[in-house]
Amino acid sequence: MTFLFDLMAQGVQMLLVLALAPLLIGFIRKMKARLLRRKGPPIIQPWRDLIRLLRKEVVLAENASWLYRSAPYLIFAMTWVAASLAPTFATGLMFSWSADLIAIIALLGSARFFLALAGMDIGTSFGGIGSSREAMFGSLAEPATIMIVFTVSYIAGTTQLSEIAAFMAANLELRASVGMALVGLLIVAIAENGRVPVDNPATHLELTMVHEAMVLEYSGRYLALIELASALKLLLYISLIACVFFPVGLATHDADLHTMAIGLGAYILKLAIGGGALALFETSTAKMRVFRVPDFLGAGLMLGLLATLLVFVTRNL
Amino acid sequence: MNFASKQTAPQSSQPTCLPWPREIVDRTGWLAFAESLAKGERELLSLWGEGSSVHMAVLEQREPRLRILSLECPDGAFPSVARLHIPASRLERAICDLYGLKSEGAPDHRPWLDHGRWGIRQPCGAQEKINSTCDPYEFLPVEGEPFHQIPVGPVHAGIIEPGHFRFSANGETVIRLEERLGFVHKGIDQLMSGASIERAAQIAARVSGDSTVAYSLAFAQAVEAAFDVNVPPRAAYLRALMAELERLANHFGDVGAICNDAAFALMHAQCGLVRERILREAASCFGHRLMMDRIAPGGVLVDLEREKVAGLYALIEWIELMTPRLIALFGDTTSLQDRTVGTGVVSESLAKQYACGGYVGRASGREFDARKAIGYAPYPQFAFEIGASKECDVDARVWVRFDEIRASLQIVRQILDGAPEGPIIAAWALPEDWTREGAALVEGFRGDIFVWLRIRADGVVQRCHLRDPSWFQWPLLEAAIKDNIVADFPLCNKSFNCSYSGHDL
Repeated sequence: MTFLFDLMAQGVQMLLVLALAPLLIGFIRKMKARLLRRKGPPIIQPWRDLIRLLRKEVVLAENASWLYRSAPYLIFAMTWVAASLAPTFATGLMFSWSADLIAIIALLGSARFFLALAGMDIGTSFGGIGSSREAMFGSLAEPATIMIVFTVSYIAGTTQLSEIAAFMAANLELRASVGMALVGLLIVAIAENGRVPVDNPATHLELTMVHEAMVLEYSGRYLALIELASALKLLLYISLIACVFFPVGLATHDADLHTMAIGLGAYILKLAIGGGALALFETSTAKMRVFRVPDFLGAGLMLGLLATLLVFVTRNL
Repeated sequence: MNFASKQTAPQSSQPTCLPWPREIVDRTGWLAFAESLAKGERELLSLWGEGSSVHMAVLEQREPRLRILSLECPDGAFPSVARLHIPASRLERAICDLYGLKSEGAPDHRPWLDHGRWGIRQPCGAQEKINSTCDPYEFLPVEGEPFHQIPVGPVHAGIIEPGHFRFSANGETVIRLEERLGFVHKGIDQLMSGASIERAAQIAARVSGDSTVAYSLAFAQAVEAAFDVNVPPRAAYLRALMAELERLANHFGDVGAICNDAAFALMHAQCGLVRERILREAASCFGHRLMMDRIAPGGVLVDLEREKVAGLYALIEWIELMTPRLIALFGDTTSLQDRTVGTGVVSESLAKQYACGGYVGRASGREFDARKAIGYAPYPQFAFEIGASKECDVDARVWVRFDEIRASLQIVRQILDGAPEGPIIAAWALPEDWTREGAALVEGFRGDIFVWLRIRADGVVQRCHLRDPSWFQWPLLEAAIKDNIVADFPLCNKSFNCSYSGHDL
């Protein structure tokens, strides 16, 4: 019975992230539109777009290889797994033993690798530009993420995300190193998800795109999968920040339904706050020059490094 | 009848051009002018073909006076101006494409507007039939190992006009940008030839839709010059009102679009609001959002009703309230300043060489404004300051636009305060006596629009040449992006906002 319940809780989490991810994107778009005094599309618009894309015919370039056709499935699968592993409303779910932070980073890194390859596969110049920029950003974002992971892992004594979240929830205390790691992770999250000021998710100006440039040639269900994967990635980063740094309201796997419901409510509230803050930040800043992004990500890397050193040297800060 | 009967029939076979006489020169004279252009003693305003002759309009530097020169070339060739003065190059290539007149010794003989898709060669000349194909086009070579090419357009991801941009880049740094235009060629020259004055006025209004008022005004002024028609004072005021409303709407649209290209959508939304209110007010006052076909030779077709004036005052007051806020938003957003300052520099010498008008020229120290330099009615009666900067970058082009917004607001206020009563269109009829020529130089929002036309005695337009300010701005965009990064091109391009339609004819 417990087994069945656990399996259900895990299943609910997997479907929950899938259902919520496009809604989060829709919510951010709505917020941005309202901030610009526009009405904006309804929050479920991204889901409608996905369904429309799934029904559409796929147009493939003649020289597209197997890699180009399989990359969307791989990217989607990896991102979905990663997003399902991060604790959303409860810790210690059935598969959480596999939710190692380093594994999650590896999954995202692999997804990025395949996306960059797919961007170059057809040989259009925009795909190449996008992949080259993505590789440049990734080579700085990933070490920064690793450093941040080391910090929180060292404090919690484990790299298991679920256990870190449980530890953080049980030991709420102010630590300078955690603060630095949080700022670092925010920087990485903005860059990794291609948000302003690093990339503009709303633009189709060919020459400034990063993520959009890589997926420019995709259409139909392939594009739907990639769009869904990028929505899941954003949700994953907000979940990650929420469960490690703000583990308020997080239920445990053996809690009753009532606590689970509170956990779910708290999670949705956290997503809304995260999305709202992102919309506000994006509205108030312009995109930076491509060559300034390494400085921006470098700050994230330095913060991660300092946080690791601080926690290593002082042990209680 | 308001046209002058004092005008006497021209003595020679060549009709006189008004208000600036057209001089017939020989090859030596032609080359002497080309040399003076190269030396910077004069500025090139336009170069165009007609039958078996070429015409050139130049601006004297010492006194702001136009001169129009004509060279007969019965053998179908004329000495190249571009050989001495490179800004003439694309105009000469267009002459060759449309009229088949070859420029001898020109540095560039590639076709410009003709892509081989018209089914005809030299549509204004020999009209030789061809099978529609696509001519191969040789882009200028860029040699070196690490360089790669990025072709962009003519179909773009956004809703903009078609144009092809070929970037040669070293990683992210642009080594060379080469433009290829002509995708929106509509055959304006052919449509104009043989059209009645009314029809020609409509065509002129559609050369570049965002400058429809300025084009109509330029065309009307050229016709009025040719027939010596005096425009009633109220009509002149209303024309200026429309021209300034168009300028305001376009400048706000541009400022917002430039910021949007740096992903700063807030400015885009705010400027969009202002632009929309201007357009709605224009629709309410003149019955058309863009005020298309509201200016006709002789005056204007729609009067401003007395009740509408209060609405215009309210609009101006609201814009005067909004503008400082928008300026603060632009100037105080450091992330935006970081993108615009130092990006896309056009040197002062280049702006001067190309006689580049509008905000592009003014941001690079060339303070030419046809409203002041030519001083057509009613502008000499108004006090206004035109913006100028020597910073030469994207930022300067935005600030010059803000200066122009301020100037336009001043002018609109003076128009509303001082518009006289009276008729709005001069009663004039075609004299049907001899062929006449007229020319005009009018300040559109992009810069000075030049029009030259010849109208036959029966009132049919024989030839009408319309030169968009973009002819001398497009080449500078190539210079502006050099050594910048590829990702900054949209920002540079929007800060120029050249017309494709006006250029492709």
